[in-house]
Amino acid sequence: MPHRFPILSEDSADKVPSLTMEIIFRLKVKDAMMTSLWTATKKHTFREIQTVMRDNEISGVPVLDDNRLVGIVSVSDIINALDSGHIEEPIEAYMSKQLIVLEDDMPLSFAVSYYNKYPYRRFPVINKNKEFVGILTTKDVLTAILNEMNNEINILENQLHHDKVELPNQIIREYIIKQFDFEKAGQASFKLKKLLKEKEVSRKIIRRASVAAYEMEINVAIHSNGGKITFVLEKDSITIITKDTGPGIADVAQAIEEGYSTANDWIRSLGFGAGMGIPNTKRVSDEFKIESEPGKGTIVKSVIYLEETDESQ
Amino acid sequence: MRVSEVAAKTGIEIVTKSFNDIEVANGYTSDLLSDVMGFAEEESLLITIQAHKNTVAVASQLDLAGIVICNGRRIPEDMRLAAEQEGIAILQTEENQFVTSHKIYSAIRE
Repeated sequence: MPHRFPILSEDSADKVPSLTMEIIFRLKVKDAMMTSLWTATKKHTFREIQTVMRDNEISGVPVLDDNRLVGIVSVSDIINALDSGHIEEPIEAYMSKQLIVLEDDMPLSFAVSYYNKYPYRRFPVINKNKEFVGILTTKDVLTAILNEMNNEINILENQLHHDKVELPNQIIREYIIKQFDFEKAGQASFKLKKLLKEKEVSRKIIRRASVAAYEMEINVAIHSNGGKITFVLEKDSITIITKDTGPGIADVAQAIEEGYSTANDWIRSLGFGAGMGIPNTKRVSDEFKIESEPGKGTIVKSVIYLEETDESQ
Repeated sequence: MRVSEVAAKTGIEIVTKSFNDIEVANGYTSDLLSDVMGFAEEESLLITIQAHKNTVAVASQLDLAGIVICNGRRIPEDMRLAAEQEGIAILQTEENQFVTSHKIYSAIRE
């Protein structure tokens, strides 16, 4: 029977922030685990291990036999040894041998589900070749998530830092678009729509700008590694620019053709990816331009004049 | 004819608790959101089976009057909430897009 992650149950999934979910799916056990560890062999006595645990303030020592994990000695094993009087004996006969292990290539979400499923606070980690490579504690998981969140924030801050300076009679808004973030896709376009309403731009123009902004935003979310969308509102025009960080378009002429799309089945099942995004954007724009370099990224620019033109829909 | 009147006349159920009960100007039937984005007119009822949050985003960008979900497709909670927030009506019917389009066309054109 497939195992269902407790964190993904219908009740709880909504409560976990999407960034955290993304991080625990992206990170692997090996990104979070501790690799610098005290280990023991079967011949060590409980007393020797107890000394190591006490001196180094650790709560569990893996037992190895030639890189293979054969057991683990925890604080409760030490207490049992003291209780039953075998503290001076080799650990082999008494150590916990029924081990629940993680593999280093598993996503961290898997480890989180293990903490929900089993009573242990630490899991030994093995690699593909069944060799022992580290230990993962709840603290390691928390540290890894916090570090990764910090990185994300740094990236966002750096991106915002380069905001352009507004000239007089100019309003600039910039928003970050993340890859496959359908939860938020459309948010920037909503904000543009609100801004244009506030500025009392005509409904027809707002509609055209909304179509262009939404299609461009969705395109970045679907096809690129992520990027940003910029709106520049001036006296007589609104300019919408998306700039992404790759992978770029090999054949721009082909991409502009109606019906051409590289979207996957999932995107298509949502009703996108029919190769209409760029033609739709082009149709509502007074000026339209795509610049792209494979391996680098794509810049799309749409300009809509605030003065109504005849061919606009 | 307002959204609520179209619903009453066609017997199609409205599932959003609150919405802007605007005049329905037209209808548009499509399951391809990019196609809707390109061609649906404002204040139209969108007849579709695309029951997810992005449909609400498209409807909101285009100032549509409402979304009619056909074939009894389940409406996810986040879709319903987004629609209520945007004031867009969601209607739901067991019937397919062909029959639903006919009913709505008859209601608003006759």
